[in-house]
Amino acid sequence: MTTDMGNVQVTLGTEHFREANEKVRAALAEHDVIELRNVFAQRYLGCALPAGKRLEIYGTPGNDMACYLDGGVIEVFGNAQDQIGNTMNGGEVVVHGRCGDAAGYAMRGGRIFVRDDSGWRCGIHMKQFEETCPTLVIGGDAGSFLGEYMAGGIIVLLGHAGDYLATGMHGGVIYLRFPLSDDAVAEGLVQSSVDARDAEIIDELLGVYWAHFQDELDASFSWDASSFYKLTPATASPYAGMYAG
Amino acid sequence: MLDTRLPRYKVLRDREECIQCDKCIDACANGVHARDKKRGRLVADSLKCVNCQRCVFVCPTRALAITRWPQVDSGSANWTLSYMQDIAKQAQTGGVLLDSMGNPEPYPIYWDHLLLNASQVTNPSIDPLREPMETRVLLGSRPGMLKVNERAHTLVSAMPPQLRLDVPVMFAAMSFGSISLNAQRALALAAERLGTYFNTGEGGMHRSLERYRDCAIVQVASGRFGVDPHYLNAGAAIEVKVGQGAKPGIGGHLPGEKITQEVSRTRMIPEGTDALSPAPHHDVYSIEDLRQLIFSLKEVTRYEKPILVKIAAVHNAAAIASGMARAGADIIVIDGFRGGTGAAPKRIRDNVGIPIELALASVDQRLRDEGIRSTVSIVAGGTMRSSADVVRAIALGADAVYVGSAALIAFGCHQCGDCKSGRCNWGIATQREQLTQRLDPEEAAERLVNVMTAWNHEIKEMMGGMGINAIDSLRGNRLMLRGVGLNEKELDILGVYHAGE
Repeated sequence: MTTDMGNVQVTLGTEHFREANEKVRAALAEHDVIELRNVFAQRYLGCALPAGKRLEIYGTPGNDMACYLDGGVIEVFGNAQDQIGNTMNGGEVVVHGRCGDAAGYAMRGGRIFVRDDSGWRCGIHMKQFEETCPTLVIGGDAGSFLGEYMAGGIIVLLGHAGDYLATGMHGGVIYLRFPLSDDAVAEGLVQSSVDARDAEIIDELLGVYWAHFQDELDASFSWDASSFYKLTPATASPYAGMYAG
Repeated sequence: MLDTRLPRYKVLRDREECIQCDKCIDACANGVHARDKKRGRLVADSLKCVNCQRCVFVCPTRALAITRWPQVDSGSANWTLSYMQDIAKQAQTGGVLLDSMGNPEPYPIYWDHLLLNASQVTNPSIDPLREPMETRVLLGSRPGMLKVNERAHTLVSAMPPQLRLDVPVMFAAMSFGSISLNAQRALALAAERLGTYFNTGEGGMHRSLERYRDCAIVQVASGRFGVDPHYLNAGAAIEVKVGQGAKPGIGGHLPGEKITQEVSRTRMIPEGTDALSPAPHHDVYSIEDLRQLIFSLKEVTRYEKPILVKIAAVHNAAAIASGMARAGADIIVIDGFRGGTGAAPKRIRDNVGIPIELALASVDQRLRDEGIRSTVSIVAGGTMRSSADVVRAIALGADAVYVGSAALIAFGCHQCGDCKSGRCNWGIATQREQLTQRLDPEEAAERLVNVMTAWNHEIKEMMGGMGINAIDSLRGNRLMLRGVGLNEKELDILGVYHAGE
């Protein structure tokens, strides 16, 4: 652990994830903000990180970064791999790059901002409860199955969606900058224009997105929230009539 | 449309004995019994009867009995009444048939074809009433080598975390939502008193059960309901549910009407919306991915808790179990196709999966052949009906067993198989307050403790008869088993000789 310009640094190099996470936990016990240097795909970084703690990651964090995140903040200066924010409960993840598959799987609270594209099956089975509303903002294109089984929360997609967008979605909302063709809207979902309340939510989220990435975004980056579309489920019980006792 | 469903049962009321007390009306949430005001007498709508037998037991004069509906079938061995009734139901609804509890079809039950050994003359049998007899089991992974300081009599290398069971039986996963909180509390109380574990199922852990944390196994399933760092650390171990014997290969679906306020809080999902568990864990598409999930759970619990991974007994269970062991599972759970469920598509429940006896034997053999059996524990479930089944399972290679249905039967369940309706008259598989209050957790726990205490004594008797005084010596000891009425292939898979050999 070294201290440079006030930031506490931990260098991971090629250490195994078990030792690496032990090292990070030890550093976090002493300090609230830790800078991780030379990260080489160590898994589970920031696992269950509680509120008040912050990780700044340089290099490439491995799969399952921010799993069970519990209020902490993780900022990645580079790309992230698969399953960031798996079953995350609260907090914030900011990725200055792209992320892999299944980001935000079963996420229940907190926010994930991905500057660029995302892999497949992101935001699967996101769910909300009482005051917690999980949010996933993807700045680029998303792979197939975005928001599959989605049960709650918000996804904002600035680029284009892959195939099978939000199949089985039965809660929450997906905001799209580009509308879907009618045949791309999955059965049981409704695509409509946003209303004023939706536009407020989009403006707030994209304001945060812009604040995080303003130095890296194209100078022409701007948005008009009122021109977005939203995808919502027609019912919270999509399979109600499917069974016979 | 003419309703062509037939009643399955017929309510018999002895008019001589009936004292018109109306207790049967109150007893039945299905509305079978009613008072016919015109005729001034009690009547029954047999079509609504599920044969839970609650009314039979509450009737003070024993005036009620349930019998099968007398309608004969067509006489065809092929087109049985049951298949024709299923088609009638689907013709009227277009629905996927839903059913509850374990596979009722007459597939071979291998337990009933396995006989136990006893000592005669040589290797004297042991009387558990007079001699010490060990039924304690430790579950968890075992290191390949242990370093011991012989001078100080201390362990040098760290032991992985273990679960300590005083009886070789744990209570299988049954979620809050599928069963009532009172039923879960009874399981927790019984587990605490017996020195074993109950399993929360995939519906999270109700706050009031957190005081039983030392005897709780918390479950993580594909829906991740109620899963957060607090929950993951709220039990003695974590079980990853990949599959369930009653419904291999499919997810779960708790309908919105069962998501009451308390269930909603515990699962951390809004009231009244469907709780859908995806068929697979979408972060697990391979053994390597399973390893990733197992170690994320180890990370979040600081490697202090053993991780169980549960799969349904399916055709290639042995190869999968080998992968599970190598993926870092500390305890492998195999759930046979007769295991119970709160609700499953009937065609899946009745046709998918294989018997636990065969799966268990082949898993144990495969792990032994690969030289890794001693690194993991095996738990078998689905189903164990008696202490003799437990002894057979351990002799086939299990470290311990899970019971679900047997525990519910101790609470009063009569296996009517109507859990799916949410109208369980015994207060077990329901969330309706007027029904759940029928199950007193204290009394139910006492019944279950009684059953397990009796089973444990019976296990000691059977072991003693074999001349074995520790359950560790019974594990995988297939020489204590002999098959009857089994063919060569079955004997080969079970790894036992035929009786007389």
